Amino acid sequence: MGEFILKMPDVGEGVAEAELVEWHVKPGDPVREDMVLAAVMTDKATVEIPSPVSGKVLWLGAEIGDTVAVKAPLVRIETAGADGEPAPDSVPEALAEAVLEEPVAVSAPPTAKAPPKPEKAEPRPAPAPREAPEIAMKPLASPAVRLRAKESGVDLRQVTGTGPAGRITHEDLDLFTSRGAEPLPAQIGLVRKTAVEEVKIAGLRRRIAEKMSLSTSRIPHITYVEEVDVTALEDLRATMNRDRKPDQPKLTVLPFLMRALVRTVAEQPGVNAIFDDHAGIIHRHAAVHIGIATQTPAGLTVPVVRHAEARRIWDCAAELNRLAEAARTGTATRDELIGSTITISSLGALGGIASTPVINHPEVAIVGVNKIAIRPVWDGTQFVPRKIMNLSSSFDHRVVDGWDAATFVQRLKTLLETPALIFVEG
Amino acid sequence: MKEISCKLLVLGAGPGGYVCAIRAGQLGVNTVIVEKEKAGGTCLNVGCIPSKALIHAAEEFHKLRAAASGRSPLGLSLDAPAIDLKRTVAWKDGIVGRLNSGVTGLLKKAGVKAVLGEARFVDGKTVDVETETGVQRIRAEAIVIATGSAPVELPDLPFADSVISSTEALSLKEVPQTLAVIGGGYIGLELGTAFAKLGSKVTVLEAMDRILPQYDAELSRPVMKRLGDLGIEVFTRTAAKRLTADRSGLLAEENGRPFEVPAEKVLVTVGRRPVVEGWGLEEIDLDRSGRFIRIDDQCRTSMRGVYAIGDVTGEPMLAHRAMAQGEMVAEIIAGQKRSWDKRCIPAACFTDPEIVSAGHSPEEARAAGIEIRIGQFPFQANGRAMTTLAEDGFIRIVARADNHLVLGVQAIGHHVSELSATFALAIEMGARLEDIAGTIHAHPTQSEAFQEAALKGLGHALHI
Repeated sequence: MGEFILKMPDVGEGVAEAELVEWHVKPGDPVREDMVLAAVMTDKATVEIPSPVSGKVLWLGAEIGDTVAVKAPLVRIETAGADGEPAPDSVPEALAEAVLEEPVAVSAPPTAKAPPKPEKAEPRPAPAPREAPEIAMKPLASPAVRLRAKESGVDLRQVTGTGPAGRITHEDLDLFTSRGAEPLPAQIGLVRKTAVEEVKIAGLRRRIAEKMSLSTSRIPHITYVEEVDVTALEDLRATMNRDRKPDQPKLTVLPFLMRALVRTVAEQPGVNAIFDDHAGIIHRHAAVHIGIATQTPAGLTVPVVRHAEARRIWDCAAELNRLAEAARTGTATRDELIGSTITISSLGALGGIASTPVINHPEVAIVGVNKIAIRPVWDGTQFVPRKIMNLSSSFDHRVVDGWDAATFVQRLKTLLETPALIFVEG
Repeated sequence: MKEISCKLLVLGAGPGGYVCAIRAGQLGVNTVIVEKEKAGGTCLNVGCIPSKALIHAAEEFHKLRAAASGRSPLGLSLDAPAIDLKRTVAWKDGIVGRLNSGVTGLLKKAGVKAVLGEARFVDGKTVDVETETGVQRIRAEAIVIATGSAPVELPDLPFADSVISSTEALSLKEVPQTLAVIGGGYIGLELGTAFAKLGSKVTVLEAMDRILPQYDAELSRPVMKRLGDLGIEVFTRTAAKRLTADRSGLLAEENGRPFEVPAEKVLVTVGRRPVVEGWGLEEIDLDRSGRFIRIDDQCRTSMRGVYAIGDVTGEPMLAHRAMAQGEMVAEIIAGQKRSWDKRCIPAACFTDPEIVSAGHSPEEARAAGIEIRIGQFPFQANGRAMTTLAEDGFIRIVARADNHLVLGVQAIGHHVSELSATFALAIEMGARLEDIAGTIHAHPTQSEAFQEAALKGLGHALHI
């Protein structure tokens, strides 16, 4: 029997460490070559780690949520061949390339990807003899606490210990009994529930949490809400969709908004910018890389439509569709998830009437799209039904004054209300 | 026939039975205890107490002999020490007698009625006792069986004349010239060592491949070495067959090779069996667990109102386990909520050096799939041990790798039996290595090795 040590592969781009977000195996499991063992996450992308050998998992080198350095031992696998089969270091490089081409989302169901367990799997180690497993099971409490619990009919397994190593103290027991842990009589039908589920914040969720804290703690937001009459836009959109060519995607409001943004920021470059507040420098970008906040099964991600200024509306729509799909299925590459200069947040039909979007740090502006609704509008002589959509936009108030924010949104409003202006040359 | 009734009847006044009866008496339970011999059971009469008396006497004599031979590193010397084993035994009997009457007095003080005689179950609520004055019938709401255990006899070497059990070994009138000990468990080694120190030529025959099989090799190694120093010959994988024709020796077979062991006395210590016959167990037909009576975590047997405690319920056959069970059962019968929730039953083995084990061994913890760290500290590096010529052995702590919770402590060394309390306390209280390391241990004592072992487990022992 040999032993193969799989080290954390070099996932490229100068990444020195990655967070372990998923184990697909546990010690004792048989594995086949190429079977996915784990998923790790770098800044944005999730990378699956396949097994380079067949054998049996002996040891896992990290827990979910741990950050693992590149080249650190990740899995030990018992292989059938002689010792030291493939050189442990030679595999990861090749592996890194393979996985980068085809990263997979955190949320990809492991069973869908992993091949079925081999029928002739190696037998698992026999369960430990003796009654030893009890060692770990018993609640940790001193004899005096155990006696008190027994006398008051408390099952110590239900009590949370706050002492060292989770030891249940007299105070823990007091707290438990004072809460009235006994369930209510059964005939009432409603039972108090005291369970607390612990969900570890790991992977994408942790990135989101960190990013949101960063944005809201560092950036003083100003949010400006304005309503936009999109009746003309919606008419135009309906016409364009009706007459589109077979290879053209269906247009939503977003491509129009993206093109309107391109025109607006050309006049107000201070909004399409990256603010390096350590250096005290604002990088005003000529390119308009628009981040599109996208809900995926694993959580919020922001794929980026690059160079929107160089894309026609159909191109914007196609790229938007492609990226949204990639983000949802977790196949977006790291490059497709970084580098935006301004961001759009849209919840579509769930858009509500107003929102307070959080700026995608270190950008300085985000445009939130609210729901389109038909509302009565007074045209001077009568109420007419108009399609109204609100825009809720947030700005970094350190570098964008209220006046500039308002001017920016008003310009967007003008373009969207008279959509022909979006397409006028010059 | 005379008849009495009571709430609790305890059968057997060994450490389990008498503790149960005393505690029940304290709690106001109307209690009767039946014993056919003397109060105190095996432990007090023919076990723990007399054996420790003999072991101590042997050790003292051995020291004198060492001094007489001019080998005392302390610079002591004397001429021709001698032992009068009859007086030694009389001294030991005096201790046993004092303790007998002590237990009897405690029972009386607790208001327990003691009946002397042999008991026999009639049914699950009724027992007949054959007393000197006739049969006494006792009806009880609850009955506790605490009949204990007895030495196992070998079919080809029945206890008679020169073939003796531990009981007879503790009351010999003279030190035998040669002694063959069959069984390398703790009882055989304790007594074999004592007789070697008293001057016998001792041979130990063990059927398994090593002595003290319940301890790992590292723990039993200092004992092995000491046996060799005392001139005790140990044969493992060896079967004792029968006495030689002239009954002056023992025929044995090691790996098919027959040989003869000179043996004025043959001490058979191949284990103890529960006493489950002779008192009408068949009348009530309790469920068994192997040879033992099956009990649950409240020491209840398969029959309502009938409890069993102590050696009759299984391993480990230790007096303090029986006592804890007896106390618990008395409280249950008095209406209190109790169940067996002990984390460890420490065990002390009075070999030379002594061995103590509390909680789980490294092997057991690993078998349970727990990642452990081990802290071990040798008495060689302990000042107190040096000053008492007690440098053999070590203390070893087994703790969980993740939260440093102490799972077990093992120790071997002189006087380590006295440290068993602190080991057990650490485990029952749920101590972590940091708790032991953070407790000041008095200097200079052997107990410092416990603190050092904890520090070692944490990776920063100071004195090694």
